[in-house]
Amino acid sequence: MVQVKDGRLMEHPILNFRRGKEVTIYFNGKQIKAYEGETVASALYAAGIRVFSRSFRWHRPRGFFCAIGKCSACMMEVDGVPNVRTCKVYVRDGMQIRTQTGFPSAERDIFAISDKIIDRIFPHGSQYTKFNNKLIRDFVLSQLRKMTGFGNPPKKEFQGNASYEEIHCDVLVIGGGPAGMSAAINAGKYGAKVLLLDENPFLGGQLVKQTHRFFGSAKHKAGTRGIKIAKILEEELRKIPNVDVRLETKAFGIYGREVGAVEKDKLLRIIPKKIVVATGAYERTLIFENNDLPGVYGAGGVQTLMNVYGIKPGNRGLIVGSGNVGLILSYQLLQAGVEVSAIVEAMPRIGGYFVHAAKVRRLGVPIYVRHTILRALGKDRVEGAVIAQLDEKWKPIPGTEKKLDCDFICVAVGLSPTHELLYQAGCKMKFVPELGGLVPLRSKYNETSVKGVYIAGDVAGVEEATAAIMSGRIAAIHAIVELGMGGEEAKKELEEALKDIEEFRAGPFGERIVCGIEKCILASEVEL
Amino acid sequence: MSYLERGYAEINELPPFPSEERMKKKSVAYVECPQPIPCSPCYESCPADAIKMDNINDPPIVDYEKCTGCMNCIRVCPGLAIFMLRLREDGKGEVTLQYEFLPWLKKGDKVELLNRKGEVVGTGIVNWVLPPERNDQTSLVRVEMDAKLIYEVRAVRKVRE
Ligand SMILES: Cc1cc2nc3c(=O)[nH]c(=O)nc-3n(C[C@H](O)[C@H](O)[C@H](O)COP(=O)(O)OP(=O)(O)OC[C@H]3O[C@@H](n4cnc5c(N)ncnc54)[C@H](O)[C@@H]3O)c2cc1C
Ligand code: SF4
Ligand code: SF4
Ligand code: FES
Repeated sequence: MVQVKDGRLMEHPILNFRRGKEVTIYFNGKQIKAYEGETVASALYAAGIRVFSRSFRWHRPRGFFCAIGKCSACMMEVDGVPNVRTCKVYVRDGMQIRTQTGFPSAERDIFAISDKIIDRIFPHGSQYTKFNNKLIRDFVLSQLRKMTGFGNPPKKEFQGNASYEEIHCDVLVIGGGPAGMSAAINAGKYGAKVLLLDENPFLGGQLVKQTHRFFGSAKHKAGTRGIKIAKILEEELRKIPNVDVRLETKAFGIYGREVGAVEKDKLLRIIPKKIVVATGAYERTLIFENNDLPGVYGAGGVQTLMNVYGIKPGNRGLIVGSGNVGLILSYQLLQAGVEVSAIVEAMPRIGGYFVHAAKVRRLGVPIYVRHTILRALGKDRVEGAVIAQLDEKWKPIPGTEKKLDCDFICVAVGLSPTHELLYQAGCKMKFVPELGGLVPLRSKYNETSVKGVYIAGDVAGVEEATAAIMSGRIAAIHAIVELGMGGEEAKKELEEALKDIEEFRAGPFGERIVCGIEKCILASEVEL
Repeated sequence: MSYLERGYAEINELPPFPSEERMKKKSVAYVECPQPIPCSPCYESCPADAIKMDNINDPPIVDYEKCTGCMNCIRVCPGLAIFMLRLREDGKGEVTLQYEFLPWLKKGDKVELLNRKGEVVGTGIVNWVLPPERNDQTSLVRVEMDAKLIYEVRAVRKVRE
């Protein structure tokens, strides 16, 4: 019952979408209406375009997935530049967008036939095993590879204004989510010269799509909506003059005591005394038949599309995963007037908070625990899904298959820390399932094995926003104390901050995190 | 089977209801939040000290005698887990709940009553609302219904005319 026009939500119970000026973009030559402030991918999505690229091998259709520049499924040629992640660039009047895989276009790719024929002649992977003769094998492989491609490199020389800047600061914070903002505020308030980077054109990280009221204690902004928490933190941050905020700025490497970043067309060489990495986490995917079909999305991607850009993701979604992300997304879909066909959970019980589950259950959304998705149905886009019950050994029980009606599927099976910068910086890493994947070893003050490099928020272990804010505070204050700033007051606050987070993690939901953190405390600390 | 397998709680998994006598006096907060989660805005917002929670992870317990029916807690609960229950003199019952959907409900609207499983169990009439703009987009709606339904109605849906 929510009004929709041109694929866009015209109203919403919580959000107020402010769209910019109407512009025209061209997709494979076809004229498409868009609004300033929309990304290319979201504008194309709103126009009903679902196939964004073709897979390298069998030319299978690929579409939108993550919406945050991590999956590469949306790469296209934009104004002559190949391999642009269209979910990260904003529309401009007259922009020319072309799909770069498939012939003549990704949507109508004649090579798509290979997916059907080749699979029948020799199934997936057999190009490596079918030919005993190395010469024949190499020939077949090279021919197959010709059919793939990353688009054509641009022929003209770069005409923009490339420039360079060197920045010295006390604390560099990478990532402007709740953890990064909290770190910048807490270092800044003690007088440190802080530089905060975020690759997005806005601050807030994951919070910008959280329309629901947050959990936690009122002291830590519980009961307040995520979107508002982001605003409150940003206001606090903008009040501190010694914090320099650079948006659309991506850090690409930590080299000893220096950090490289790109701010739009400018290269930054940053020489900080301390670094806080707060790069958050990205979504995992799940293995099932046809999981690459356009219409299978990351839950966060759907949230971005719907809550940031106000675009209706579909008419009926299936949610895979009953953690808080899956449960909250279900509720948000209902709020946007989208039906939820079911929530499927492989575990024998709901993974997220009961109250989140109860919210959607009482509105008639079925929740199937001990079930999994077997396959997505459809040719070029999702037209349904098959789920089945699992036995004690996690095997689908024959005869329990159920066909569900849906036109998109949201995979909400958890997040993994965005750890690459830390790995590259040489931090000692460890795979800790409780924390979501590969994480650096750390001290109780969140300092990694590389002295002066700290972690905060989801990148230290996937948890939630209150904990992210708390851990940003701990990392930042320890960093400035080490720099000899803040005096006794800062030292006292640091101990308080440690106590706060300990208390917060004292319940059963915190147990997992505490157990995970115990596994990756730096050995030097354990001996102390 | 527990509430975490079903997605809804059975009566025996929930706190005891306030006495009929109490609900006849004035409306009282009934909390359906049995799982230990790190959350406490209800406790922090209660001016009457009616909600007991020693640790942020404890499920809230309402002292029905202390609760004044001020509705502070239901305004902020992020879990949409608090319901104000009332039995009226005229034999009707009332449930007040949080509502965050379009179209917004207005006084006089006829609504379908849904139980914890999402089954329609009757119809009711909205007789009071706190409009969304007065509470950061979470509207509160009070729905008049058959007295015996107040123990199970946990959501409403506008009846299309
Ligand atoms: C659906 C959903 C519901 C949630 N519900 C709750 C809830 O009820 N309560 C709660 O407390 N929490 C909740 N959370 C969790 C909370 O949003 C996250 O835990 C929190 O945002 C993590 O903060 P962060 O700062 O670590 O990371 P993020 O918020 O992910 O921010 C990381 C930032 O770093 C930037 N970045 C990454 N790499 C680079 C780079 N190389 N250079 C520059 N910038 C970079 C990114 O652009 C991003 O802005 C929810 C999350 C989701 C997805
Ligand atoms: S209604 Fe008011 S008095 Fe009663 S529990 Fe809630 S906040 Fe406390
Ligand atoms: S505010 Fe709501 S969800 Fe949080 S503890 Fe209280 S009743 Fe439970
Ligand atoms: S990188 Fe654009 S959708 Fe994933």
